[in-house]
This record gives sequence, C-alpha cells and structure tokens, in this order.
Amino acid sequence: MMTHATYVALSYGAAVLLVGGLALMTILDGRARKRDLAELEAQGVRRRSTSPAKDADAK
Amino acid sequence: MSETTTAPRIGWLTSLANPTRFLSLAGRLIPWLAALSAIALAVGLYMAFAAPEDYQQGSTVRIMFIHVPSACLAMMCYSVMAVSSIGSLVWRHPLADVSVKAAAPIGAVFTALALITGSLWGKPMWGAWWVWDARLTSFFVLFLMYLGLTALDRAMDDAARSARVSAVLVLIGFINIPIIKFSVDWWNTLHQPASVLRMDGPSIHPSLLYPLLVMAVAFTLAFFTLHLMAMRNEIWRRRITVMRRNAARRIGAKS
Repeated sequence: MMTHATYVALSYGAAVLLVGGLALMTILDGRARKRDLAELEAQGVRRRSTSPAKDADAK
Repeated sequence: MSETTTAPRIGWLTSLANPTRFLSLAGRLIPWLAALSAIALAVGLYMAFAAPEDYQQGSTVRIMFIHVPSACLAMMCYSVMAVSSIGSLVWRHPLADVSVKAAAPIGAVFTALALITGSLWGKPMWGAWWVWDARLTSFFVLFLMYLGLTALDRAMDDAARSARVSAVLVLIGFINIPIIKFSVDWWNTLHQPASVLRMDGPSIHPSLLYPLLVMAVAFTLAFFTLHLMAMRNEIWRRRITVMRRNAARRIGAKS
C-alpha cells in the first residue's frame, strides 16, 4: 500500500522524465542536424541542385 | 472591396511557405517561448504545491495539475495536426506536412503522460489502475493513433506520398477527439465529467483552479516551443537529405 505522497511523487517524476526527455531529444536532434549542415556546407555542397554540365563549366 | 485592397498581397501563412523565412522566424521565437514556458512552469509548480489539499482526495489532487494539462495538450496537439493536414491536402502548404510530422511524437508523449498520471491517480482514488470505461479507452485509442502515425511516417520512404497518407489518416482519426471530450457525458464512465470547461462555469474551487490554469498555460507554451523546434529540425533534416543527394549526383556525374 503506497502513501498518497508516493503517487504524487511518481506522477511528477513521470512528467519530468517524459517531457524532459522529449525536450532533451529535440535539442540534441537539432544540434546533430546543425552539425550535419555545417559539415556539408564546409564540403561545398549546395542546396539548390545544379546541372552537372554547368557545374563542370564553372570549374 | 476597393481597388487598392485587391492588389496581390502575400498572406502571413503564405509567406511562411518559404522555409528560410520560417526558420528565421522560428529562430527568433524559440528562445522567448522557451523562457516563457520555464517561467510559467515555475510559477505553476509553486502554485500547485502551495495549493491546499482537497478535502476528499488529500494530496493526490496535485496529480491533477499534470494530468489535466497533459490530457488537454494531447488533444490539442491532434487538433493542430488535423488543421495542418487540411493545409497539406487543400493548399499543399509545404510546412503543413512538416508540422504534422513534428507534432506526432510530442502528442504521443503528452498522451502517455496523461495515461500514466491518470493511472497513478486512479489507484488511490478509484482503487484501480485502469478500467475500460469510455474515456480511458478512447484516450488509449488516441495513444495508439499517435504511435501508428509515427510508425507509418517512418515506414514510407517517399515523403510526398507519406504526407498525403498521413494527412488523410489524421483527418479520419479526428473523429476520436469529440468522442474523448464527450465520452463522459454520452456514456456511464468511472472517469468524472468535465469540471473546467462546463456550460455553467468551472466547478473547482479557485484555490485549485488557478494553479491548474497556470499549469495549462505552461504546458501549452512548452508544446509550441517543442513543436517549433521539432519543425525546425525536420526542415534541416530535409535540407540535409537534398544536399546529400546533390553531392552524390555530382560525384556520379564526374566519375
């Protein structure tokens, strides 16, 4: 038989775990994506697709 | 209508169709929204624990300050997805699909939280962790729908097709939202009927109602912060996919 305080504590614990976990995952996902974008840009990859022929002319 | 107003003017929603514009707006909004949610949450939690205990339920009434806002949010999140699905199907708004995709996991988390806290409140008050009454069952169906939509999205490679199928499914599933809301009136449930959104006004004492409302505001702000962040992540993810594809094409053309 658990006390009322235990049920309350478990509820707030679940809230911290679930919402905190979601926030943390969202932040970490954002950081990883930012890193990917920075890496691709550093490699000179562009977002707009350019035709290979034009690309070759430019070089 | 006068001639001057008929000139083509880009609406606010249309202007957001440009992901770059959306990203810059999101970048400006997210820190403010996050700070506001943190402040509202701190105030709400203080009020929740300063509130008097219920004369019947004792301290377990404090579970309400999490259970009710997360249940409301779970349903509001689905409504946001339904509106976005209309935007996706009718106007082909490019960000509508991003919004649906980003919202589904957030909705699943809030639904799970409402189910868990409901169970933890049910055991001491009802004597049961779970009963298959109309409110609990329809809410469990909402949880399954969130999981289904997330699984469907992960299972399909073609983003455009997945967007259309998801939008149709979200709209069909929207029928469950009024069923959840009115289940306590339509059927004989162990779950109590509404005590905040009632025709005759809230039936909770202000000492418990005000902390509940502040917590509801805090949860709503947190939802919009997380949704904007998840949408931004999804736009970045799509950009990365396009950039990788372009890079691979260029390598393929050179060799």
